[in-house]
Amino acid sequence: MPRIFAYVVHKGGVADDSAAELLAAACKIDPTGSVTAVVTGFGPNLDRVCESLRASFGEVWKIANQSLDYPNAELIRKALVKVLPSGCLVLIPHDHFGIDLAPGLAVKLNGAFVSDVPDVNGSEGSNLKVVRQEFGGQLSAHVCCDISSGAVITVRPGAFKPAGNNPVVGLVVDKSFDVGPLSAGRRYLETVVAEAGDVDITRQHVLVSIGRGIQEKNNIGIAQELADVLGAAVSCSRPVVDAKWLEKSRQVGSSGKTVKPKVYLACGISGAFQHLAGIKGNPFIVAINKNPKAPIFQVADIGIVDDLLEFLPELTNKIREMQSVSAK
Amino acid sequence: MEILVCARRVPDTSENEIALNSAGNDIERDELVYSINEPDNYAVEEALQIVARVGGSVTVVTVGSEDDEEILRREMAMGASHGVLLSDDAFIGSDGRGIAAILKSFVAKGNYDLILTGVQAEDGAAQVGGMLAAMLDYPFASLVNSIEVLDARKLKIGREIEGGNREINEIDLPCVLSIQTGINEPRYVGMRGIRAVASVPIPTHAASDLGLDPGTVGDAGAKVKRVDYFVPVLGKGAEMLSGSREENIDKLVELMAAKGGLN
Amino acid sequence: MESSAALSELTSSLESGRALFLAIHVLGTLTFSYVVWRRLLPLLHAERDCRFDRPFARLGKLAKFWFGQWKHPRYRTAGILHILIFTGFILLVIRSFSLLAGVSENGGVVGVSGTASHPYNVITDYAATVVFLCMLFAIVRRLVFQPARYAVPERYGKARTADAIFLLALIAVLMAADGMFSAAEAAGHLKAGQPAEALAVLSLPRVMQIILASASLPALGKLCFASYLLHEVTFYFLLCYRPFGIQFHVETSLFNVYFSKLERGTVKPVRWGMSEGTLDQIKSFGVKTFEDFTWKHMLDFYSCADCGRCSDNCPANAAGRPLSPRFLSIKARDYAFQHYPMFGKAGNGKPLIGNLFSEDQIWSCTTCGACEEECPLLVEYIDKIVDLRRGLIDDGNVPQSLQKPLKALESRGNPYGKMEKKRADWRSAKEFQQTCRVRVVDKNGACTLYFVDSITSYDDRMQSIARSTARVLDHVGENFGILGAAERDSGHEVRRFGEETLFEALRDHNSEAIKASGVKRIVTADPHALNALKHDYKDAPPVEHISQVIARDVKVGLIKFQPVANTNDVYTYHDPCYLGRHNQVYEDPRQVLDAIPGLKRVEMARSRDRSFCCGGGGLMLFYEPKEDERMGVKRVRMAADAGANVIVTACPFCMVNIEDAIKVAGLEGKMTVIDLAELADRQMLRPASPTAATSS
Repeated sequence: MPRIFAYVVHKGGVADDSAAELLAAACKIDPTGSVTAVVTGFGPNLDRVCESLRASFGEVWKIANQSLDYPNAELIRKALVKVLPSGCLVLIPHDHFGIDLAPGLAVKLNGAFVSDVPDVNGSEGSNLKVVRQEFGGQLSAHVCCDISSGAVITVRPGAFKPAGNNPVVGLVVDKSFDVGPLSAGRRYLETVVAEAGDVDITRQHVLVSIGRGIQEKNNIGIAQELADVLGAAVSCSRPVVDAKWLEKSRQVGSSGKTVKPKVYLACGISGAFQHLAGIKGNPFIVAINKNPKAPIFQVADIGIVDDLLEFLPELTNKIREMQSVSAK
Repeated sequence: MEILVCARRVPDTSENEIALNSAGNDIERDELVYSINEPDNYAVEEALQIVARVGGSVTVVTVGSEDDEEILRREMAMGASHGVLLSDDAFIGSDGRGIAAILKSFVAKGNYDLILTGVQAEDGAAQVGGMLAAMLDYPFASLVNSIEVLDARKLKIGREIEGGNREINEIDLPCVLSIQTGINEPRYVGMRGIRAVASVPIPTHAASDLGLDPGTVGDAGAKVKRVDYFVPVLGKGAEMLSGSREENIDKLVELMAAKGGLN
Repeated sequence: MESSAALSELTSSLESGRALFLAIHVLGTLTFSYVVWRRLLPLLHAERDCRFDRPFARLGKLAKFWFGQWKHPRYRTAGILHILIFTGFILLVIRSFSLLAGVSENGGVVGVSGTASHPYNVITDYAATVVFLCMLFAIVRRLVFQPARYAVPERYGKARTADAIFLLALIAVLMAADGMFSAAEAAGHLKAGQPAEALAVLSLPRVMQIILASASLPALGKLCFASYLLHEVTFYFLLCYRPFGIQFHVETSLFNVYFSKLERGTVKPVRWGMSEGTLDQIKSFGVKTFEDFTWKHMLDFYSCADCGRCSDNCPANAAGRPLSPRFLSIKARDYAFQHYPMFGKAGNGKPLIGNLFSEDQIWSCTTCGACEEECPLLVEYIDKIVDLRRGLIDDGNVPQSLQKPLKALESRGNPYGKMEKKRADWRSAKEFQQTCRVRVVDKNGACTLYFVDSITSYDDRMQSIARSTARVLDHVGENFGILGAAERDSGHEVRRFGEETLFEALRDHNSEAIKASGVKRIVTADPHALNALKHDYKDAPPVEHISQVIARDVKVGLIKFQPVANTNDVYTYHDPCYLGRHNQVYEDPRQVLDAIPGLKRVEMARSRDRSFCCGGGGLMLFYEPKEDERMGVKRVRMAADAGANVIVTACPFCMVNIEDAIKVAGLEGKMTVIDLAELADRQMLRPASPTAATSS
């Protein structure tokens, strides 16, 4: 089994949750081997991250370079190619950064590439057996990956639960000098922050979230009424924003906002993983959907097969009734 | 500006029911309707808008068989000047890297300033664009949701990152970009337009035309292979409420109150 | 003074003015001809339009709508006013021309002479009086009462009240000048001891004559001259000014009515005179510039009288959508005036969308036909909207919300993208299948086709209409079947949304399937399918709506109804646009309702050809308009206002819109809606058991 590296994403001196997930994935791939974290960046933030990773990774390779202060995938790829040994396995989270970095890295390292992996089923010779999903999650596939010359694998966020390994005391190895000056045909300019909408869904305790099943803009009032009696806010999945029925600030998902409510009502939402990636903190998820096969029923706590356009108004009425009774 | 868009013909996700075939090694394809991969369509529309602003032409290329010509024709009806098919038995069974290698050999024969792909296709791999760029040694950016032409050698692009934010980058031409849906509003392609291009000849290139060693592509060169499809054994999943609507509502309200969802 | 000498005092100024009058004639006629020529110019370069066929039918329309002013009384006050004015004008035509033709040697008016002249003159005296009074009334109405439909909302421009009143006043002046001339002449003759025309009692000229009784002969002579001159100048001024505004309809209305469309429910072909096979040769489909309109459509723009009746009845306008048919015409007319001026080059070829019209305007129309039903000048709107949409489709300029269903129609033959093989699944519902077997037609099979169409086939709610329709047909022993998976969307809205090529593909597919089935007639519960099969499909077997079948079967006793369960319910029938207005089926559904014992029925204020569109069907269900209030919500409130709590519809799209609207309007539990077929199915008396059947 080749050596496994986990690329750690970090912000503000804190490692991302995905680092623990990559570790869990690596342990599943090779239960006996040790995993090396590789971190790029610059300055005290980078040092802080590396320190914190010592508790879980046997080795932490630090690549400090001023041009890597903002994570530019083009530059990072060049740095990694200089540092990583040939034939290794590199694990990267499958998010907007991973999508940017991983495919090109696989080509430059001359290894195989397989992306968005939610599960690993061991290996057979030089073939790693993984699971992938296709058709928006409607079907799964068993995939065989030849890792004899190494591989880059992007891992589905949230798919591998952190294992809670025995703590280690890892070694920080400074690889910065192997890299040298870096330049690339792509330069970071700035980040444009999304317009703050009228409602900040990230602060809500209860969310009434709507998806394609709402069918048309005019029906959103049904969800708003329920949100009103619950003292909640209306959020949504991507198709609702694409159709311009709600502003982007209401979108929950990997390209939208990350929310941590106590209760999450997913109404007419199919449950594509990009949406679920935006729900953190393990809330109580209620799914209402006409389609009994919708993937959302896999992750929800409570599932109801019904037409949300009929169900929600009745639910609203019931809650209103209860509130007027208790008010007396 | 000469723009190349790499496109793919996929089963239309909204107008099909995806199910396993009886053998379990593929999906049931008998009654599927196919169309161009949606992000690729956004890419073609973006390319058309760019050449409308700065001049040039748009070429759409796909790796496949004669069946795949229909998407080339559709994009030509939309306004692309050229459609090219890369087809050879040796290409069958290619993994993502194989596809990228085939496309790379085609790009190397031409002189394109900008190469666009859709961010991902029905397999959700999101790989060909990045691989193609690395093979060509062109700069790359994924999840692009805005493009501004600064001059003949530079673009200003926006990338979709978390929280609805946009990462603004400057990128040198020639480059490869993978395009995210929602970047624009693609124009409608009517049946009349499609009929008008129904008999336009589509140039086809085989492995020998592209100078490709068949051993490096197709099934022979693939490192990643799909073994089968399966429907995952459903885990515990949700507790499904199965009473009447009224009963379900009562139960739901009870549970929500217990979880602190009702004040 | 000798009478002949006195008479010459009267007529001398008139005589002396001959040259002047002649000059005005010539100048006026030449100017008018030039103006008309310039107005005709764009029509000469317009698209062709086939309007010269069936002259007898056209003459019939002329008699009913132009001469008979058939549509005018729909707005009572304005209608009566206009009928009076129109009648007056017709009567006065001969007099006007003879007045202009010249004054005879002895000052009499040439043209009408002999025994016919006196009764004619009496008639014209009263006609002029009535027109004059009507003008005054109209001016007061415009200024003081200001009927709402004349108002011009800000986004459409400025009000044209001043111009309207100016023209009304000028006509009054014309009448007065004519009256003054007659009065002065008669008074003068009397003064000179000559026989004089006896002016009609209490008519305007008579009143003026009385006032002039004490005037001197020279004064009367001058007055004759002045009033004749005033009449002539006003006449020619009006003649030449009318083509610059809404009054052009005075000249164009005759032609506009003669050339108007003869058939309801049809849509014009992409190009007249080009067979479908040759359409590939056309570079550009639809109307993109003004010059793409046909000459008849341009004539429509000229003929619009700005009366506002169309917009007053347009449901899209009432809902707050950016569509107002009246301003479609007026803006296009103004465009024509501006770009084809009296002098100078024609400024043609500018794109209409974005300059004159907005895309939202054009997509907002549900093609309900209320505007065309109302217009007294028979101005056509639906064909123009369809042509404009054809242009938008040709340019790929289609809202994303419509692209998806269009793509689905192309790949799956229905706008929902559902699989073809599931089209007939509605008949597999467990309970239904046990009581009623619905067959797919084959060569040796049915003689009647039940054409279900897409929404009734695939929509969970609407499938019950299909089941009810099937049960009704079954009950009366109809030998019927469906096309099943071979059926495609009728394409009715596809055509009216401008995707002509896709429509042809759907139509050809269905036509082949229908032909192969060998059926002799078609029944449908969907008025849009009805209209398509009747008017858009060529050589389809005769087609009827289920309400017509039920009404007929009720009359012959094949269907009997049991009394309604709840006698407190008040029912009202909502006329679907494509069953009512476009296909004139109003009474059959009402007869069905009235045949149900104990059923209380009321009529809404807007019913039959004044019915208010529910919001539209087909592709319109997918379009996301900007509007203040949904059409369906307005309609539901109309039902409530009429005192009803049950709305009966006969169209699945009306059903969708009204059911939705009941929820949005907050009337759930207070108002329900049911389809006519469902109601008939529910109330039909069926034999309780086979033995009961044989005994009855």
